[in-house]
Amino acid sequence: MGKFKKSKSGGQPAINTASLPDIVFMLLFFFMVSTTMKEVDMKVLVSPAQATELVKLERKELVTFIYVGIPLRAFQSLYGTEPRIQLNDQFATVKDIQSYIAQSRDNMRESDQAKMIVSIKADKESPMGVITDIKQALRKAAALKINYSANQVAQ
Amino acid sequence: MAKREIPEVNAGSMADIAFLLLIFFLVTTTMDSDTGLARTLPPIVPVDQEPPPPIKDRNVFRVLLNSQNQLLVGGELMDISDLKEAAKEFIENPEHKDDLPEFKEEEVSLLGVVEISKGVVSLQSDRQTEYQAYLMVQNELAAAYNELRQALSRKKFAKNYVDLEDEERKAVREVYPQRISEAEPKNVGGK
Repeated sequence: MGKFKKSKSGGQPAINTASLPDIVFMLLFFFMVSTTMKEVDMKVLVSPAQATELVKLERKELVTFIYVGIPLRAFQSLYGTEPRIQLNDQFATVKDIQSYIAQSRDNMRESDQAKMIVSIKADKESPMGVITDIKQALRKAAALKINYSANQVAQ
Repeated sequence: MAKREIPEVNAGSMADIAFLLLIFFLVTTTMDSDTGLARTLPPIVPVDQEPPPPIKDRNVFRVLLNSQNQLLVGGELMDISDLKEAAKEFIENPEHKDDLPEFKEEEVSLLGVVEISKGVVSLQSDRQTEYQAYLMVQNELAAAYNELRQALSRKKFAKNYVDLEDEERKAVREVYPQRISEAEPKNVGGK
């Protein structure tokens, strides 16, 4: 036997890894372009509702989010287990919505202000009472374009 | 001066740096695109404005949603899966029945004179209604309108509604305007 020759130097030649950074950078740029930053830390639990007639929110800079849901466990001792509203990173009440909308409208470009969309991300089990209050507040704040956030129904 | 050879910069750790950045972006960003049901709220009505003239009973499609998420359509209990067909029949009124909405004839660009239904969908929920149930109702109503618009654009323009030009879409929308009015929710099941 003894037909298998050992290579003279012992080990195999090292693979050239010079292009590895390029590949990784390519991946990096892909993710930078195709993803968006997380807007806020969620303080309420939102399991999204489901629907079929959905439209995509195309331009993120036009969208302001209002979250509704039961506070996460860590906040339950302070805020209870009733559905609450979250604006930005804070718990809020219906009264805060008007100033929140005005503030986020001020932060937008003037040409975009009329196109502002408010997306209501509510937990699917939250009662309509809270959402109706939000809608009334939005009407008062003249933010009339809204979007009930929902996911596609799983087939 | 003798030319000194510049030592090559070691780029071996470049990959590590790039990986670090990559992982940072993977963690701090989300890929999910936001979707939802688009709706427009009615503007606040000035206090001194006169109330609108009453709408004939046959022109109103009453959808009530109670605190137990049960659906009452036109006085009868209905399952959510039947709502779309009921709404379509109401809006379209194909046989010109007397108890379904009236029509008015109107000139629409591109389509000529068409009969437009005077029907209005009236939706009322309870403060204790679940959001999912409410959204499903909104969804089914939107689906009814979308299917009617789709059928019309196939018939008139031989195209899908989503592929229509702006002009054409406007015309189709004029024939089937989404008229969903929402009343203040009741608080029957209230706490």
